[in-house]
Formats: sequence, structure tokens, C-alpha cells
Amino acid sequence: MALPPLDSPQWQSPWHAFVWGVRSITQTILTLVLFATYLGIGALAHDSHFSLVWALCSTLFVWAGPAQIILITTLGSGATVIQSAIAVTVSAIRLFPMVVSVLPLMRTPTTKRRELFFAAHLTAVTLWVECHRFLPQVPRERRIAFVNGLGFGLVSVCLTANTIGYFLAANLTQTLGAAILLLTPLSFLFSTARNSREIADVVALALGVLLYPLAAKMNSGLDILVSGLAAGTIAYGVHWWREVRS
Amino acid sequence: MSAAQLIGDWHALVVLFVAGVIPNQIWRMLGLWFGGGIDEGSELLVWVRAVATAILAGVIAQIVVEPPGALASVPDGLRYGAVGAGLVVFLLTRRSIFAGVVAGEVFMLAGKWWLG
Repeated sequence: MALPPLDSPQWQSPWHAFVWGVRSITQTILTLVLFATYLGIGALAHDSHFSLVWALCSTLFVWAGPAQIILITTLGSGATVIQSAIAVTVSAIRLFPMVVSVLPLMRTPTTKRRELFFAAHLTAVTLWVECHRFLPQVPRERRIAFVNGLGFGLVSVCLTANTIGYFLAANLTQTLGAAILLLTPLSFLFSTARNSREIADVVALALGVLLYPLAAKMNSGLDILVSGLAAGTIAYGVHWWREVRS
Repeated sequence: MSAAQLIGDWHALVVLFVAGVIPNQIWRMLGLWFGGGIDEGSELLVWVRAVATAILAGVIAQIVVEPPGALASVPDGLRYGAVGAGLVVFLLTRRSIFAGVVAGEVFMLAGKWWLG
């Protein structure tokens, strides 16, 4: 499937642009990665004793895989609401520069802020990557409708995956249930590694994995925050030291 | 599964909004409000991104080290081995997420089958 040329009559209505956005989810491998990830999140929610509606609401209203697994894992292992909220909000800070950098791609001089609300809500790493790829092929005045369609399609895929994962975890043999739960760490580890272009990102990822077991031994209830702050700050230090030297 | 089980209790949904939705959404809304005027390469954002990545890395480690539910039935060595095997294949295939995930899963399932 190729998008119609910029001057095609296909782009005349926003509704058509929305449908082209929905159909574009078939044009990216990231849809498959999201499906696997949200299958895992559905299973994780089940095995951490959350309800299906809770899992679906988290996908619909949080719409950020890392924040969702942080929320499920911390609450599921007995962290307080405040501790979970802090871990979630730190993980979500990266959404700020993403939104800031993606919205100008779809803004026109007459665009009102409220028209960008859904586009801002839908912004997460997958949509951010795909916007940079697809939007140059979409007429500027139809980009908001296109992005809303693309986001709608991706959210639908993830809600379906959540539901399937939830019921699979409830009904599968222990081994296959374990296989679905293992999808979450594997897909997050590799998709984060793939997005790590700078040395700071690579060091943060590797040290973050290695320091967690040490932080967990302190048993402070803030393990994730302690290891994350330490590993992230060391990674930043490496970045800073290289900048200074060069 | 009954309707009550599917919905769960209201308290959990309130916790979802307070601990999950609001702390996450606030950054998108700030981005919508203050769009423009922030440099994506600024030093503060490099640090923030590094800490956010390390927190996510910690969660990945937590799921593997202290596994929830059915994953706890897989022996420690096999879980670590599966992640290691997936990582090797991921790197060998020039960072194919798909190949890495499949390799990790196959390693775990084969190990489980072999151990009986």
C-alpha cells in the first residue's frame, strides 16, 4: 500500500486522511512489536492481579508501554501510590521533548491548540518514529486527521493484544503463560537498545539492568528509582566527560 | 470470568489514574502547552533521558530477576539465559528486535522442554 500523491483528490476530506492513517499501521514492523509488547502487558496485568478493564484503561489513558509496565510491576510488588507515581512520571518525562518535536510537523498557521490534543495524547515512541516517516507524504492540512487515524489504529491493535494476552495468561499452561510474560522484558530491552544512538543511552540501559539487583538488596521500596537515578547519572557523567575531552 | 472480575474494584481504577495516568499525561500536556522553545539536545534533557532509560532498564531487570506469576515457574538460569541468547541474536542480526525476541522465547521454551 502506498499513500496517494500529495495533490490527489483522495486527500480532500479529513475523513479520508483519517482512514489512510488507520491503514498505515499495516506498513510498519513496529505494529507487530507493539502487538507482542501489549500481549505481554495484558498477561503481566493478569498475573499481577489487575482486572481486564484496568489493563484496557491503562492502555487507553496512559498509552505509553514503559509507564504501564512500571505501574503494573511497582504496584503489583507492593509499592505505594506515591512511589509508583514518581517512577511513572520520571519515565514519562521523555514524552515532553517528543511532543514538542512532533507537533510542529502537523501545525498550520491557523491550527488551534485544542485540535492537537489527541495528537499530543497519542504521541509515544512508535507514533513519533512513524510521524517522521509518513508525514512528509501527507498534505500539511490533513496531517492531524492522518495522525489521529494512525494513533486510533495502533491503540486498537494494542487493546486487542491486551485482551488476548489477558485471557491467554488466564487459560494457558504455565510454560506458555511464562513465554507470554517474557515478551515484555525482551521486546522492551531490544526496542530500547535499538533506539539508543548516543553513548549515554547505551550506558544507561546496561547499567540500569546491572544495578537493579544491587539496589533491590537494600530493600528500600524505592529500588527502581535508586538504581535508575544512579545508572542514569553515571551515564550522563560518561556523556559529559566525553564532551569535555573532545 | 464474571463481569465483576473483569471490572475489578473501583479503588484500583482510582489508583491507576493517580499513580499512572496523571503523572504520565502531565508531560504531554506540558509539551502541547509550551511547544517550541526547548532544545532537544540540551544537557538537562540528555540527563533526563538517561535516567528514564535506566528506570526502564531496572523494570526489565525486575521482571527477569523477581518474575511475576507464571514466569516464576522458569528456573533463574533459564530466564537469564533466554535474555542473553536473545541479546546475542539481536546484536548478530544488526539489531533486529523481532529476531532477538524470537531467539529469547525459543531458548526459554527449549530449555523448559529439555528440563522436563
